[in-house]
Amino acid sequence: MGVDLSVSLGGARLANPVVTASGCFGSGKEMSRFVDLHSLGAIVCKTVTPEPRLGISPPRGAETASGMLNAIGLQNPGVEAFRENDLSWLAEREVPAIASVGGHSVAEYVRCVEVLRGSTGLIAIELNLSCPNLEDRGFMFALSAERTAEVVAAARAASDVPIFTKLSPDVTDLVAIAEAAAAAGTDGLSLINTTLGMAIDTRTFRAKLSTGTGGLSGPAIKPIAVRCVWQVHRALPHVPIIGMGGIAGVDDAIEMILAGATAIAIGTANFYEPAVSEQIARGIADFCELRGITSLDEIRGQVKEEG
Amino acid sequence: MNPVIRIAAVASAARFGAYRELVMEAPEIAKDARPGQFLNICVQPGGAHLLRRPFSIARADRTAGTVSVVFDPVGLGTQWLAAREAGDTVDLVGPLGHGFDVASDPGVDLLVGGGYGTAALSFLAAELDARGGEVHAIIGARSRSRLYEDNVLDETCASIAVMTDDGSAGMQGLVTDPMPEMIKRFSPRVVYACGPMPMLRATAAVASELGVPSQIAVEEFMACGIGVCWTCVLPVRTNGSLKHQRSCTEGPVFEGEAIAWA
Repeated sequence: MGVDLSVSLGGARLANPVVTASGCFGSGKEMSRFVDLHSLGAIVCKTVTPEPRLGISPPRGAETASGMLNAIGLQNPGVEAFRENDLSWLAEREVPAIASVGGHSVAEYVRCVEVLRGSTGLIAIELNLSCPNLEDRGFMFALSAERTAEVVAAARAASDVPIFTKLSPDVTDLVAIAEAAAAAGTDGLSLINTTLGMAIDTRTFRAKLSTGTGGLSGPAIKPIAVRCVWQVHRALPHVPIIGMGGIAGVDDAIEMILAGATAIAIGTANFYEPAVSEQIARGIADFCELRGITSLDEIRGQVKEEG
Repeated sequence: MNPVIRIAAVASAARFGAYRELVMEAPEIAKDARPGQFLNICVQPGGAHLLRRPFSIARADRTAGTVSVVFDPVGLGTQWLAAREAGDTVDLVGPLGHGFDVASDPGVDLLVGGGYGTAALSFLAAELDARGGEVHAIIGARSRSRLYEDNVLDETCASIAVMTDDGSAGMQGLVTDPMPEMIKRFSPRVVYACGPMPMLRATAAVASELGVPSQIAVEEFMACGIGVCWTCVLPVRTNGSLKHQRSCTEGPVFEGEAIAWA
């Protein structure tokens, strides 16, 4: 029996629903030592900004129970170098790419989108509106429906590929922000980014990260991610969602699809199981075959809601 | 020489004073491993501590197909590893990172090792010796039980100066104390160092003052060890400007002169 795992992400067609979470897979070069990149639906690359960024001073990471904290400060070579060195590398190998872009202003997001226009192999752009680690922390677009809508509308107008908007779970009403992004024209949503956390070294009395706080990721946040995907999918059933947050195995991926995700992204698990993304992509096919599922459409959002 | 993911059987486990040595069967890693490279080891299978821990490779025996690590069982991960016995399995990724650069022609070199960091230098000493070089070493630790010294070092080094903080072995003092005299006497081409960060910083400074290039194997927190998380960076001078370079990929061995020590 054939299983059709292909999914549509706002016009972009993926051979299977497994992609990589931005910032957890580079642009594929390093990971290609462990994973057949063609086994994945697409590579979502590390966030780039108009200009290169040095990133913040170490220490940048700390392990926590079933997860980790990070604060990198968007270290990146700039969108132009990314296009020349990373996107072209993926294009040469015919690996579908989703770029992730960030910025300090609406104009900076637009600048990134413009530089990426017409890039071979680029199937979508993800707007990173929720990185909580930048120095100008008052400027997180994802905290406000209005600011989110502004960036989405400007990026949508500038882009020749589908726009996915990545939101933060650290808000009081995620559905309202997701609705604002949808109304502004986003082709899909990426849920969720890390949630802000902190850890303190009891020997030195210092925060474990140089910035004090950082983004919590890994299996520790999976229930939050499933909840976010479920809430947003219920409110916006026609908006495709890339679900992510703590996915480390096939079961986690299926859970996210049952909550309403169209595709799923593997993040922190790549760090400790370098081949896990390919294993999950193959595992989803096995799961479907075993359960007699011919298309993921049959189970998407199919969580039974009565007690 | 791509790194591999490998479930390796423990061939043997031994004590080295306060430290432990674990020898693991991983022929394809042993074949390619270079001094200064590391293994990223899963230290709590099925537990809540998901991240692997990086360990310098202390020996790669191509004939036996084994690789070994030497470590101090102080934390949760190292204590789990210390409880492994022959026949147990360990989940490895490696060999990883940019190791020590070794000149192909024989020459005089100085190794400076602190604590269990000396084990990685023993691997290097064997390689330098095999190339016909003359190797001198300064090895140090807080006390005798924390000093790492093995047969390979004894057999390959033309001289070994031993320093301990409390004088319980060798001379009382720091590894940097005898450095100026040894550099003057032997005129080494390179100072190679591995050990705790404050020691590395001091070693790089002395080498720099005396005009000897140094290669420093740093120890940093790494979430992934494979080049994608960007947590393990150090500020390193690269082509005239300061860049955050990855300890796991551009490192763990950096030129001492290039590191902008915090």
